Amino acid sequence: MIEYLKQHYGSELLAAEVKVGDNVVVVDRERAVTLFRKWRDDPNLKLDFLTDITAVDWLNRKPRFEVVYHLYSFPLKHRLRVKVPVEESDPWVYSLTPLWKAADWLERECYDMFGIRFEGHPDLRRILMYDSFVGHPLRKDYPVTKRQPIVEETDPIVRPLSHSRNRPSRG
Amino acid sequence: MALPKRWTQKTELEDTAEEIMELQMGPSHPATHGTIKFNLKLDGERIVDCDVEIGYLHRAFEKMCEQGTWTQVFPYTDRLNYASPVINNVAFALAVEKLLGIECPERAKYARVIMSEVSRICDHLTCLGMAAVEVGAQTVGFYAIEAREFLYDLIEAVTGARVTVTWCRLGGIARDLPEDFSDRLIPAFKHLDAILKDCDKLLSRNRVFRDRMVGVGKISVQDALSYSLTGPLLRACGVPYDVRKAHPYLIYDRLEFDVPVGSEGDNFDRFMVRFAEIRESMKIVEQAVRELPQGPIIVDDPRIALPPKERVYGSIEGLMNHFKLIMEGVKVPPGETYHAVEGANGELGFYIVSDGSGRPYRVRVRPPCFFGMAALGQMLIGHMIPDIITTFGMINMIGGECDR
Repeated sequence: MIEYLKQHYGSELLAAEVKVGDNVVVVDRERAVTLFRKWRDDPNLKLDFLTDITAVDWLNRKPRFEVVYHLYSFPLKHRLRVKVPVEESDPWVYSLTPLWKAADWLERECYDMFGIRFEGHPDLRRILMYDSFVGHPLRKDYPVTKRQPIVEETDPIVRPLSHSRNRPSRG
Repeated sequence: MALPKRWTQKTELEDTAEEIMELQMGPSHPATHGTIKFNLKLDGERIVDCDVEIGYLHRAFEKMCEQGTWTQVFPYTDRLNYASPVINNVAFALAVEKLLGIECPERAKYARVIMSEVSRICDHLTCLGMAAVEVGAQTVGFYAIEAREFLYDLIEAVTGARVTVTWCRLGGIARDLPEDFSDRLIPAFKHLDAILKDCDKLLSRNRVFRDRMVGVGKISVQDALSYSLTGPLLRACGVPYDVRKAHPYLIYDRLEFDVPVGSEGDNFDRFMVRFAEIRESMKIVEQAVRELPQGPIIVDDPRIALPPKERVYGSIEGLMNHFKLIMEGVKVPPGETYHAVEGANGELGFYIVSDGSGRPYRVRVRPPCFFGMAALGQMLIGHMIPDIITTFGMINMIGGECDR
C-alpha cells in the first residue's frame, strides 16, 4: 500500500513509510483535504472510514504539533495513518466535516484539547471542557496541577442554551 | 355546534413553526444512566433539533497517562468502560506489546480472550437490563443484574476485583485463572443461559417493548459509516464489521463464532444484535476453556515483566530488577502505533506514542461510544421525548469512556 501511495501520490507526500507494521504518511495541511477525498474515491485505496482524529504535541520541536488521522478501508481492510504537521504560531488545518460527519465531534475535541483550529468547521467549540476553561489541557506546557479560575454561576433560566445558541440547526 | 374560531386556528401548520420550545434535559436526569445534557428544540413533543452535550465526567485520562509509567496506565484503563474493564486492559496491553515487538505466552492469550468475552457479556447484560428497565420491564433488569452477578463472581475469582480489575500486564497477565475455573464457569453459564431464555421470552415478542423499540432511533448505513459507528450500532445496520473477524488478534482466528447482524439499524435491532452476541461470547469462552493450554502467563523478560516475589525478597538481582521496573518503568522503544480491539460497544483503539523513556508520551483512546453520541442528535430528530431514553440506552454511552 505504501508503495502504491509513493508511486501515485509521491510528489504530494512529505514522507511515507511503514512503522511498527502501520502505514504512515505525512502530508502538507494545504493538500490534506484534497488527498483525503482522492484516497476515499481511489478504487485501489478506498479509505472510506475515518477512524480517529487526534494530535500530538512535540514541545521544543518544529513544527510543534502533528494532527494525526487514522483512516480505514472497509472493502480492502487496511489502515492508514496520516500526519499533518502544524506550526505553533498559527495552528490550523482544514476541516474534514464535508467528508465525514464523525469529523465534527473529533475536531471539536482536538480543538478543545490542543487549541488547533479546523478551518471550515461549522461549529467549532469546546466539547469536553466548559466554555470558560482557560488553556488547552493536553498541550505539554499545560501543567497537570494548574488550577482554573472560578466561574460565575449563571442562571440557566435567564441564559438558556448558551452553548448551542449560535449553532446551525439540523432540523 | 361549530368550534370557536380560536380553537380551529390552533391546528394550522404555520402556527407550529413559531411554537418551537427549547428544553434542557439533564445533565442529571433519572432516566439517563450517565451525566449528559440534551439541548432540545421541541415542536410539541416532537424533537426538531437535539444538541448533545458531553464532558461532565471528564477526568483527563489522556493527560494522567502521561504522568506515570506504562504499567501505571492499567488502573486508568479500568475506569474507561467500567462495564467491561478487562477489554480495555487487553486493548492497552496489546498496543504497547505491538510497540515492544513482543507477544504474550499462549496461556495468557487464551486467558485474555476468556476474560474479555466474560466482560463483554457483563457489558451487554448491563446495557440490555437497563434498557429494559427504562421502558418499564423492571423484571428483566433484575434478571440481567442477577446473571451479571454470577459473572462478576467469576471475574472476582480470577482478578481479585469486580470492576477495577487491573488484570493485564505488559507481556501477560497478573494472575492465572484458578484451577477450578471451569467448575465455576459451568454453573455460571447454566444460570446465564436460563436467564437469557427468560429475558428472550419476556421481551422479544412483547408488544409494549417492540412498540418502544422498533423503528426508533434509526440510522442509515451511509450515515452510520459517515459517523464512524462501529460495534453493535453498525452491525444493527447490516454491516458485519467486527475487529475480531476483520483483524483477528490474540487467538480469535482459531475460534468459531458468528457475527450477528441486523437489517433496520433501529433500536430493536441493536438490542437483538447485543442479545445474540452474548450467545456468541459464551461459545467463545467455552471453546477457549476447552483448549486452554498450560504454561507461563507472562513473558520471561526481565526488562518487561516483574520478577517473582521470591526473587525480589531473596536476591539482590531480583530486588534491583523490581526496583528499576517500578521506578523507571518499562523502556518502550521510541515510536508510535495504533491497535484496535473489539470492545463491547465497538472498535476500541489505542494510539500510543513513546519517546523511549519509561513513560508514555501520548496515549490516545478511540472511545467507541463517543461516535454513537455524536450521531445521537441526528437519530433523534423527528422522534418523541420518550424515544430519547431508549435510543440513548441502546447507544450504551459509558461516561468513563465517552468523556475520559
